[in-house]
Amino acid sequence: MRALLLRDLRLAMRTGGGFGLGLAFFLLLAVLVPLGVGADGTVLGRIAPGILWVGALLACLLSLDRIFALDHEDGSLDLLATSPIPLEAVVAVKALAHWLVTGLPLTLLAPGLGILLNLDPSAYGWLVASLILGTPTLSIVGAFGAALTVGLRRGGLLLSLLVLPLYVPTLIFGTEVVRRGAEGMALGTPLALLAAISLGAAALLPFAAAAALRVNLR
Amino acid sequence: MGIEVRNLAVARGGVTVLHGLSFAVPPGKALVLRGPNGSGKTTLLRTLAGLQPATSGEIAMPADAVAYAGHSDGLKATLTVSENLAFWAAIYGGPSIEDAIRALDLATLVRRRAGELSAGQKRRLGLARLLVTGRPLWLLDEPTVSLDASAVALFAGVVRSHLAAGGVAIVATHVDLGLPEAEVLDLDPFRVRVLARDGFDEAFA
Repeated sequence: MRALLLRDLRLAMRTGGGFGLGLAFFLLLAVLVPLGVGADGTVLGRIAPGILWVGALLACLLSLDRIFALDHEDGSLDLLATSPIPLEAVVAVKALAHWLVTGLPLTLLAPGLGILLNLDPSAYGWLVASLILGTPTLSIVGAFGAALTVGLRRGGLLLSLLVLPLYVPTLIFGTEVVRRGAEGMALGTPLALLAAISLGAAALLPFAAAAALRVNLR
Repeated sequence: MGIEVRNLAVARGGVTVLHGLSFAVPPGKALVLRGPNGSGKTTLLRTLAGLQPATSGEIAMPADAVAYAGHSDGLKATLTVSENLAFWAAIYGGPSIEDAIRALDLATLVRRRAGELSAGQKRRLGLARLLVTGRPLWLLDEPTVSLDASAVALFAGVVRSHLAAGGVAIVATHVDLGLPEAEVLDLDPFRVRVLARDGFDEAFA
């Protein structure tokens, strides 16, 4: 399993691996929004939590279809399915690898972009906390969507449509944590819900995704 | 560590393509599957590999015995030859990659990226993967595609030494592998015939 994780990370770092695609998108969004919205600091500060979370979510979405599609194209998925590693573990490891190359860098980059969007300094910590608890959901739910659409040509659109509704609770609670953090309000509840969704998704979805993969490999 | 199949029926895309299939391959033996395109060779191998369920019938074989090699080699173009092999060796916890590299004559290519290899070299790398799995039952789907005559002979030697070590190989192929001792199973008698729709074309003639 560690070999699979290391392989996926190595593939992501090499040419054409897609590492940086989501990051570049996130960066562009955070640079362009202030230009589009205007220099009014109070407006920017008010919309910053939402913009940052929507940006992180869309940046994750960009690379989702690669989770299984590449392995399906070159036949590795068939070989992994016949290997000693259970397919559930393959899904979990691939979701983890996806989070390590998208969710984690996004989380680390976000405070810097918070400055560009005039986010209240008291919210930086909560922004990082909400992203670190919320972005794993994006990768795991995304892996499930990718497993459902793996054999389809141009499955990306269907994948986005399947996955986006499932992202909504994470988006709502994530933004709420940052907004409350900026305004100095109590934020225990949305933070706990964010973590609960991640844990629930991590516990259940690898099984659902593995079942979907088995059907799609037939 | 042999394999026995009793009264097996397999389906492709929901349509049964082979039925009433029974055979047994004892350890140390090879079975060559023959049959025209679309006769169900790949479907049979994928069923034996556990990638799809059989419509009916039984497959008796030891657990975790199968190494499957399909039409695609499962190579990552941006990883080197040795990285590709080392990955599969780690996944299967199999033997070291040096023997596999030597057996398929890949020693001069180990540092090259798989994407830079020729089709035949990629195929050899894909077949080297079988050796690092350390699994006894090889299911090979057209293993000699894009191999030249000397590489086919090299591969036949690899299969032969696998059989000599008590392994089993089931090979779907159209070419002569140079394994005269292998039993040949023609799939044609087991095909499910689709009723000819006479007259349909005439209406549009």
